[in-house]
Amino acid sequence: MSDTVAGVWAALGTVLDPEIDEPITDLDFVESCTVTEGVATVRLRLPTFFCAPNFSFLMVADAYDAVTAVPGITHAEVSLIDHHASAEINGGVAAQAGFVSTFAGEAVEELDELRAQFLTKAVLAGQDRVARPLVDGGALPEELAAMTLGDCPPSGDLERLRQRRAALGLPAGDDAPLLMHADGSRVSTEQVPLHLRRARLQRIGIETNGEYCKSLLQSRYAKAGAGAP
Amino acid sequence: MYEKDGEKYFVVDAHMHYWDASRENWREGREQYSKGWIDCFYGYHQLAPPETHWDYEHYLKVSEDDLIKDVFEDGYVDVGIFQSTYLKYWYTEGFNTLERNGALARKHPGKLIANGGWDPRDGDAGLRQLENDAKEYGLKGAKLYTAEWHENGSRGWKLTDPEAYRFFEKCQELGIKNLHVHKGPTIWPLNKDAFSAEDVDQAATDHPDLNFIIEHAGIPRIEDFCFMAVQEPNVYAGCSVVIGGLMHARPKFFAKVLGELLFWVGEDRMTFGSDYNIWTPKWQVEGFVDYQMPDDEQFADYPKLTTDTKRKILGLNAAKLYDIEVPAECQIPTRAAEERAPGEELVRDEAGAGVAGS
Repeated sequence: MSDTVAGVWAALGTVLDPEIDEPITDLDFVESCTVTEGVATVRLRLPTFFCAPNFSFLMVADAYDAVTAVPGITHAEVSLIDHHASAEINGGVAAQAGFVSTFAGEAVEELDELRAQFLTKAVLAGQDRVARPLVDGGALPEELAAMTLGDCPPSGDLERLRQRRAALGLPAGDDAPLLMHADGSRVSTEQVPLHLRRARLQRIGIETNGEYCKSLLQSRYAKAGAGAP
Repeated sequence: MYEKDGEKYFVVDAHMHYWDASRENWREGREQYSKGWIDCFYGYHQLAPPETHWDYEHYLKVSEDDLIKDVFEDGYVDVGIFQSTYLKYWYTEGFNTLERNGALARKHPGKLIANGGWDPRDGDAGLRQLENDAKEYGLKGAKLYTAEWHENGSRGWKLTDPEAYRFFEKCQELGIKNLHVHKGPTIWPLNKDAFSAEDVDQAATDHPDLNFIIEHAGIPRIEDFCFMAVQEPNVYAGCSVVIGGLMHARPKFFAKVLGELLFWVGEDRMTFGSDYNIWTPKWQVEGFVDYQMPDDEQFADYPKLTTDTKRKILGLNAAKLYDIEVPAECQIPTRAAEERAPGEELVRDEAGAGVAGS
């Protein structure tokens, strides 16, 4: 594989499904990806014909932006296949029209708020991922309330939590508290049990959603499967 | 009625359909949506045990005899409740309408209940239709599908839309007290999260004498649903898709989702729905009665299921909501349909095991 193709795959790996908070490459949403003389052609696919058009648009638009920024790529053609809004989304992204113009009369704002809403969910779920092993190891509520990100053992989950917080402009450094409300304020000792309950439920919600998507994608494209190289 | 190990379970299937997705019913020029819709359902069908799978042609449309056999003869269901969904944007005669469901219910009195449906975007004409439907079919409930595509160009609505409140008032007036809310992928405006439960929260607070049964327990926003349901005594978790979609295909996630629902919502506010004809009820009823929370440590603070938990979820809660008579041998008290203070289960910690870390 050429460096450019590898670069395009790597760029696609930075694009998240906003609801599931996982890269579209891990979710097998990239049906095909080729590069010819600097032109990248990427085809995306989703678990169902009726996946929500707003999240679908975000993934196509994000993929377009990510691929366009790869060195050596002069032009990107990113399209969504087998979807009820394929035509609108593909046309809108190619024209760099934004969501409101793409769905004229049906949308009143761009998707920044929607994206932030789901990053906020990811940040709550991420606290469960990082804190759960500590709880299982016997950490007490007062200890968890006092912990900072710098106190936590390094892990992929910790790094992911920092990234999601940073994307929202929330404290993500070593001195940032591990447990945090959506507005960035600290969770008190008394609030720790319920906060952890909520964080776990949020994680289960997102992960269950992801399981459904994976199952449905698998049965929809049972015989296909491009997959990352 | 289902009987296992000497215990009897009265089964109310509170979320089922009798759909027509046959090619003859695909609306001309919009066949891609008609097909896309049923293909999507057929994907969900694959989450059931393989021996229960149907071929695609059968899935498009079953006969009356098939339904009676699948649901009542083989499926242990005592009373089934049809949730009507129209989808006339892409099915010429509608997908699963009150007319179709109601005609079948009439032929099997006491076995089938047909719920209506309404759409606030239909305005005064919709209100009149609801009145007529209530009179003709004796409605006790309605299905609200918020992602219906409307001929006016909008692809969804919210329970808090001002027009919707006129319909809630009409429901109160007509005694249509059970509203089954089902969110879908589209809404107006499209930039909002179509699956959000915020509007349910507001509508349930504003209409304490109506019951809001949230189908699929809010999946894919189960967290929004639970955070809301814990504060609203008149909100219920419809367990369709929870059991059908996870119990066989993703047992670990089934345990987690069930455990969370038992904690946040509680066994008195959960109802069974097979989602027929997405799946048949037989394997779901048998599997749920046999089900127990795994012993693994990761499920340790979820409650174990008792026989009474299963009886309530499989039928007694819905029977109470719909005033369905339950044979004495199957009856136990349930607090479904009783007013309780918001969040009481959580405050008194009776909905499940102790709070993690406490």
